[in-house]
Amino acid sequence: MDDEDDEELQRALADDIISASEDEGGSDDERKHCKLLEAISSLGGKKRKKLTERSEASIQVSEFTVNAEGEGDKIHLSDLIGTLDKTPSALIKTKKQLKNLQHNQSTLETPLTRKETEKIQREVAFEKTSKEVSRWQSVVLQNQKAEQLVFPLNQEPSGPKRIEQVVAGWKAQTPLEQEIFSLLRMNKQPLHDPVLTPTEEASLRAMSLEEAKIRRAELQKTRVLQSYYEAKAKRGKRIKSKKYHRIQKKVMRKEYLKQFDEMVKTDPAAALEELKKMELSRMKERMSLKHQNSGKWAKSKAIMAKYDDGARKAMQKQLEVNKDLTQKLVIPADEDEEDEEESAETLPDFVNDVEPILDQVNPWMRGKLSTEPMMEESNRLHPPVWPREVGKPGEGRDDQEEDEEQMEETEEESLLRGFEERRKLRQTEDVKVSDDEEAGLSNFTSLFHGLVNHMEPPADQPKAGPGLGQGESPALLEEGLVRVRTLEDVELLSQDISASDTALLTTRDLGTEETDTQSATQQADKKRKKMIDPNEVLTKEAKVIEMPLAPTAVEDVEDKEEQRVIIKEAFAGDDVISDFLKDKRKQEEAGRPKVIDLTLPGWGEWGGLGLQPSRSKRKRFRVKVAPPPPRQDQKLPNIIIAEKRDSSIAAHQVCQLPFPFENPIQFERTIRSPVGRTWNTQNTVQKITAPKVVTQLGAIIEPIAREDLIKDIRQAVTGPSINLESDQGPQKKRRSQQKKKKAS
Amino acid sequence: QHPVGEVTRKHMAVRNILPCYIFGGRIKVLSRNPDDYVRETKLDIQRVPRNYDPSLHPFEVPREYTRALNATKLERVFAKPFLASLDGHRDGVNCMAKHPKSLSTMLSGSCDGEVVWNLTKRECVRTLQAHEGFVRGMVVRFCGTSFFTVGDDKTIKQWKMETPSYGEEEEPLNTILGKSVFTSIDHHQKEGVFVTCGQQVDIWDEQRSSPIRSFSWGVDSFSCVRFNPVETELLASCASDRSIVLYDMREATPLKKVIMNMRSNTLCWNPMEAYNFTCSNEDYNLYTYDMRYLDKPFTVHMDHVSAVLDVDYSPTGKEFVSASFDKTIRIFPKDSGHSREVYHTKRMQHVISIKWSSDNKYILSASDEMNIRLWKANAAEKLGLLAPREKAAVNYSQKLKEKFQHHPQIRRISRHRHLPKSIYGQSKELRVMKEARRRKERNVRKHSKPGSMPVVTEKEKHVVTVVN
Repeated sequence: MDDEDDEELQRALADDIISASEDEGGSDDERKHCKLLEAISSLGGKKRKKLTERSEASIQVSEFTVNAEGEGDKIHLSDLIGTLDKTPSALIKTKKQLKNLQHNQSTLETPLTRKETEKIQREVAFEKTSKEVSRWQSVVLQNQKAEQLVFPLNQEPSGPKRIEQVVAGWKAQTPLEQEIFSLLRMNKQPLHDPVLTPTEEASLRAMSLEEAKIRRAELQKTRVLQSYYEAKAKRGKRIKSKKYHRIQKKVMRKEYLKQFDEMVKTDPAAALEELKKMELSRMKERMSLKHQNSGKWAKSKAIMAKYDDGARKAMQKQLEVNKDLTQKLVIPADEDEEDEEESAETLPDFVNDVEPILDQVNPWMRGKLSTEPMMEESNRLHPPVWPREVGKPGEGRDDQEEDEEQMEETEEESLLRGFEERRKLRQTEDVKVSDDEEAGLSNFTSLFHGLVNHMEPPADQPKAGPGLGQGESPALLEEGLVRVRTLEDVELLSQDISASDTALLTTRDLGTEETDTQSATQQADKKRKKMIDPNEVLTKEAKVIEMPLAPTAVEDVEDKEEQRVIIKEAFAGDDVISDFLKDKRKQEEAGRPKVIDLTLPGWGEWGGLGLQPSRSKRKRFRVKVAPPPPRQDQKLPNIIIAEKRDSSIAAHQVCQLPFPFENPIQFERTIRSPVGRTWNTQNTVQKITAPKVVTQLGAIIEPIAREDLIKDIRQAVTGPSINLESDQGPQKKRRSQQKKKKAS
Repeated sequence: QHPVGEVTRKHMAVRNILPCYIFGGRIKVLSRNPDDYVRETKLDIQRVPRNYDPSLHPFEVPREYTRALNATKLERVFAKPFLASLDGHRDGVNCMAKHPKSLSTMLSGSCDGEVVWNLTKRECVRTLQAHEGFVRGMVVRFCGTSFFTVGDDKTIKQWKMETPSYGEEEEPLNTILGKSVFTSIDHHQKEGVFVTCGQQVDIWDEQRSSPIRSFSWGVDSFSCVRFNPVETELLASCASDRSIVLYDMREATPLKKVIMNMRSNTLCWNPMEAYNFTCSNEDYNLYTYDMRYLDKPFTVHMDHVSAVLDVDYSPTGKEFVSASFDKTIRIFPKDSGHSREVYHTKRMQHVISIKWSSDNKYILSASDEMNIRLWKANAAEKLGLLAPREKAAVNYSQKLKEKFQHHPQIRRISRHRHLPKSIYGQSKELRVMKEARRRKERNVRKHSKPGSMPVVTEKEKHVVTVVN
C-alpha cells in the first residue's frame, strides 16, 4: 500500500516537473500546486478520485522523444536510384523515368505565394457555397408570398393512428392469438408494422394517388387533343377548295420554318437532317416547273395581267414563292438577323406609344394640348387622346411595316375564317356539331381575336409608379413620454393631434378628398390639371370680370421673357381664365341648395302614363332648403376654396396614398369591401381573416430542414402540378395549399 | 260550402305548414324543412338565418372603422408584455441558452457561475459553479442531454443536463483546456461538432481534445460565432477588426469577409432563410445581410440609441429581437427598417443577452442587474388556450387593424409607445444630428461640381470593403 502511494507521489512530482518545463508561461502554477497538494493529501489512505481532464497535446515535445537521424540532410535523387539498381525486380519503366528526370535541367515554375493561393481557394469556396445556398431561393420566396404559414413546418398528420404504430413491441401470447398469427404468417399476411401486404406496398410505391390523378388528367387531355386533331384533319381533307389548301400549306410551311429555327438552337443534329431534306425539296422544286409561271393558269394570268391588277399580283406572288423555294439556305448567317427581327417584333406595343406625360416640369404638358384655336369648348374639357404615332419618325415607319405584315396575316386569317364559317353553316344544317369541333372552333376564333387585338394598342397599361413615395414606413413607432394605461388615455391620445400633424393635414387638403368618392378623385385630378399660373400665358383678356391681371412679378431676364413669348405662341388658343371662371361657377352652382321635390304621383288623384301631378300638389310638396352660408371664396375672384372639406372628418381620413397601392381607386376598393360577419358568410370570414402566421401553443419550431428543400426539388422534377382541388371543400383546399407551401 | 280554412289550419297544426293558398281547386302549400331550423340537440347553437343583402346592412365602412379603432385602442390597453423576472444571480448575467427539446428549460450563465431555470415554475432548478470568472458562452447540445460552456478560465466544459442524484458530485463530463480565452460557443445542428471563438475560430469534435480545424484570417479576436441552422456546415463570426467572416466547415479556408464602419457584436442566422443573417452593431444599428451579396446589407434596422449587444431571430424567421446597451429591447420585422415594439422597465439595465423562445411566444432578456426577464413576444396577446369564437374575434380584429392601418388615428394609436425620458431625449437628439448631417451633405453637394459628390445610400454607408 505504502509503495503504491509513494509511487503515485513520485509520479505526481515528475509530472509537475515535466509540465513546468512544458509551459514556460507558468500561468497554471496555481493549478499544479493544487494538484500536488491533492496528491499529498491522498497519501493518507483515502483513494483519490481522479478527475478526467484533457489538455491539449503539446507540439514542441514529441511524445516518444524519437528523432529522425539525418534530419538536416537532403535526399538526392541519385540515392533513390542507387537502391533501385540493386533491386533486380524494379520496373524498367520507372527506372527510365527517373533517369530522364535526373537529366532534365529545366526548372519548374515557382508556385504562387501562400497568400494568393489562399485567396483563390477562398474565391472558389465562396462560389461553391453561394451556389449551394441559392438553392433555397425559391423556397424562401414562396414562404414570403404564402398567404398562410403554419409552424412547426413538418407536422405529422393529425388523426387516428394505426394500432400497430401506437403499440410497439406487442407480441401474441395466448394460444388463440398465436394460432391466428401462425395462420396469417402462412398466408403471407403482414403481422407487425406494415399493415399492407408486399404486393400492396409495391403497388402503393408504384404510384401515389396524386400522381395517378395527374397521370389520368394528362391522359384525358391527350385523348381529347388527339380526337380533336383527328376530326380537324378529317375535316380539312374533305374540303375541296384549292385555295384553302394552298393557304393551309403556306401556314404549315411557316410553322415548319419556325420549328426548324428552334431545332437549330436545341438539337443541331436533327436540324442538319432537316436541312438535308429541305435541300432535297429545293432541288426538286428547281427541277420541276412549278411556280415558274409556265403553267396553264400562269399563262392565262399573263394575258390578263395587263388589265387586271389582281392577276399581276398573283403572278408576282408566285414568282416570289419560287424564289423562296429555290433559294439556298445559309443558316448561321441568317440566324442573327432573324433574332434581331424577332426582337424587334416582340417589342411590346407601348414602346411605340408616346409617354402620356412628356415633361414633368412643364405645366402645360400636364394639361391638355389644344393647338387649334377654333376648338369647341366641349372638346376642350376632355383631355385629348394622344395620337399613336407621334414618336420618332423611324419608329413610325417600323410600325407601318409591322402593320402591313399584320394586314397580310389577317387577310389569310379572314379567308380561313370564311371557310370555317361556311363549313359551320353547312354542318348546322346537316348535323349537330360535336363538342370537340366546337371547342376547336372557339379556339380558332379566340386565336383570331387575339391576332386582331394584337394589332390594336392596349387600352391602358397599369404603370408601376417608380416615383411613388413610400412615405414613412408603417412600422415606425411614435415614441413619447406618455404612458397609456387605460382606455381614456388612448381616447385622449387620439384626440390631441400634435401641431405637426395639423400642419401636415393642412398641406394635404387636396389629398384628403381622395377618399370621398371616385368622382371626387376625378374632380381633384381635373383640378390639379387646371393648376396653371394664369399670369404666364395671358393671351386674351377676360371680358366678364375685372380683376388684376397684371403679372405680379416683372422679370428682367431676357431669356425668360423670350420663353414666355414662345409659350404664349404655342398655346395661343388656350383661354385659361375663362376655364377657371367656368369651373368656379360650376362649383358655386353645385353648392347652391336644390329644391327637393317630394310629390308622389297618384296620391289623391289619377295617376298613370302621361299624367302629371297637379300643379298645386307639386307646389305643396316642393321643399325649399335654406341657403347655405356664403362661400369663403365669394370675394376672392381668382381662388376656389373647396367647401366640401370637413375638418372633423379630415382627422380620420387618409391623406396620402399608402405604399403598396398604385392608385386611389385600388385603395378605396380594399377599404370598401367589408370583412366582418355581418356582411360575409362564415366561410368567407374565416378565409379572409385567416392569420398569416399560425403557431401552435407549446410546439417547438425547428429551423427549416434540408429535407424540405429536397422534397421541393423532387416535386419540381416530377412535373407540373395540376389543379386537383376544385372538387374539395374549402377546408381541404387550404390544407393542401399549406402542404404545398411546406413542401416547397 | 266546404270550410277550407279549418282544414288548412289543421294541416298547419299537424305538419308545421305556414300559409296556404287555394287557386282554382288545387292547393299550393308553402312548407319549410324542419332540418333547416330545428336543432338536433340542445347543445347545438341556434341556427340564425341571415340575409347578407348589402342594402340591409348599410354603413359597412364606418362601422368597420369604428371596430378597428376600438380594437386598436384595446390592443394598447391590453399591451402588458412583462411576465416575470427571474432573480437569483449574484452577478450580471452574461449569456443564455435555449433548450432545443424542452420549452420550459433555460440556462443562464453569469459573471460568476451559472444556473438552470425552469420557466413554468419560474424558479431555479440547479446551480453549478462552472468556471472561474465569467461564463462567456453556453450552448445546449442538439439532443438536449448535455450542454457546453466556455469561460474566462480558458476551458470548455461539457455538462450533463440531468441534475446529479443525491450524493453525486457536480462535475463536468469533459473538460478541454485551451490556450486562450474563449468568447463564444455554438453547436452543430445535427452532428457532434461544436465551434468556439477567441483568438481564432476553432471547430471541435466532441470526441477529441484538439480542434479539428482552426480558422484565422489576420484577426486576433472574435466576439461571436454562429452555425447556420439550415445549411448546417456554414458559420459566421464577428471579429474585433469590425469584420464579419463567413466560413464553411468543409473548406480549408474562410469564405469571405465584410468590413464595416463599426464592430459587430453578435449575429444570428435566420432559421427559415438559409442565406440571411442579422448582425448587431456598435453604431446603434442592426444589419441584415444576404450572405451571397455582402457588399451592402439589404436592410438597415435603426431605432436603438446605443450599441446593440445581442440579437436573436424568432423561430418563424419573420422577426427578430435585439438587446441594447440603452436598456431597451426592440422587436423588428425582418424586412423593416424600424422596430415594431420596444420593451423597457425602470429597473432593467444594459441588456446583454436576448433569446426568443422556440415556440415563438416569449422573449427572454438577461441584463446587467442580475435579472432575467420574461416577456411576451406579442405584447397584447392573450396567453393560454382560446375558445374558437375568441380566436375568430382575435383574427377579425387583427384583420381590421391591418385593413385600416393607414388611417391616421389608428396608426397614431397603434404606434404610440412610452419611453423613458433619457432614451426619448437621446433619440430626439440623434434625429436632429442625422438631419443636420443630411442637410450639410445636401448643401455641399449643391455647391460642388455636379457628379463630384455621388449620393451614397444609407445601406452603402456602413460597409467599408468586402475582402475575398
